[in-house]
Amino acid sequence: MSFNVIMFYLFSAVILVFSLMSITTRRILRAAVYLLFVLMATAGLYFLLQYQFMAAVQLTLYAGGIVVLIIFSILLTHHISHLFKHPDTVKLIMGVSVAVIGSGITIATILTYPFQNSTVTEIPATMENIGNQLLGTGKNGYVLPFELISILLLAAMVAAIIVAKKEKNKNSEI
Amino acid sequence: MIQGIPIQHFLIVSTIMFFIGICGFIIRRNLITILMAVELILNSVNINFVIFNRYLYPDQLQGHFFAIFVVGIAAAEASVAIALIINIYRKLKNIDVENVNELRY
Repeated sequence: MSFNVIMFYLFSAVILVFSLMSITTRRILRAAVYLLFVLMATAGLYFLLQYQFMAAVQLTLYAGGIVVLIIFSILLTHHISHLFKHPDTVKLIMGVSVAVIGSGITIATILTYPFQNSTVTEIPATMENIGNQLLGTGKNGYVLPFELISILLLAAMVAAIIVAKKEKNKNSEI
Repeated sequence: MIQGIPIQHFLIVSTIMFFIGICGFIIRRNLITILMAVELILNSVNINFVIFNRYLYPDQLQGHFFAIFVVGIAAAEASVAIALIINIYRKLKNIDVENVNELRY
């Protein structure tokens, strides 16, 4: 068994165990930290596949940005010692049954579908290829979704500032 | 591709992660934990994009780029959602989903 295979099963075990713990723990800060472990193990999977740029984006944006944002909002809105109540029995049964039935159907479909491994020559995901294709307008160029994402990020930034801004108290202005 | 690991193993991992996210979305009541479940779902979809790119179409980088775009959209979504959650907390002093029903009638 090669080193790659051992690392793959290690990362998969980390992803599954910590994502399960992240939705079942009763302390919210621990849930955020377990989510951080899941995202870092996912970055490890991308490193195994030799997509280094994707792994770096995952580490900086997800593990560095979104988890820190979530932890800050937890610290702003919760007491650290707050424990969640147990979920309703009806909701618990519904959620678990949806998850079990759905994953059963999907895994059965995956195991019966004949995947053909491709034999064409790979192009490596180097920074040169990524940069040329991300800003290219010809074949395999992705400049249109790139520009759409930039407009979306600008709109989201303006929306986040306006929504979170504290309203001025009009009575105190006079 | 990685020698010795079939594509089905990756897909099974991402499927189970996706449905754990769905389960958490249903059973949680707190808005921030629901947001975390949505992040789990987006992350499993990202793994699927990258795996299909790597194993089935390695001569192009389509799945790689769409995974990057999904990460960008997830960042925008998380920032707007947290702004909304903090605003709701200022008004209601509580962010459980049962209590956020001011707009219902």
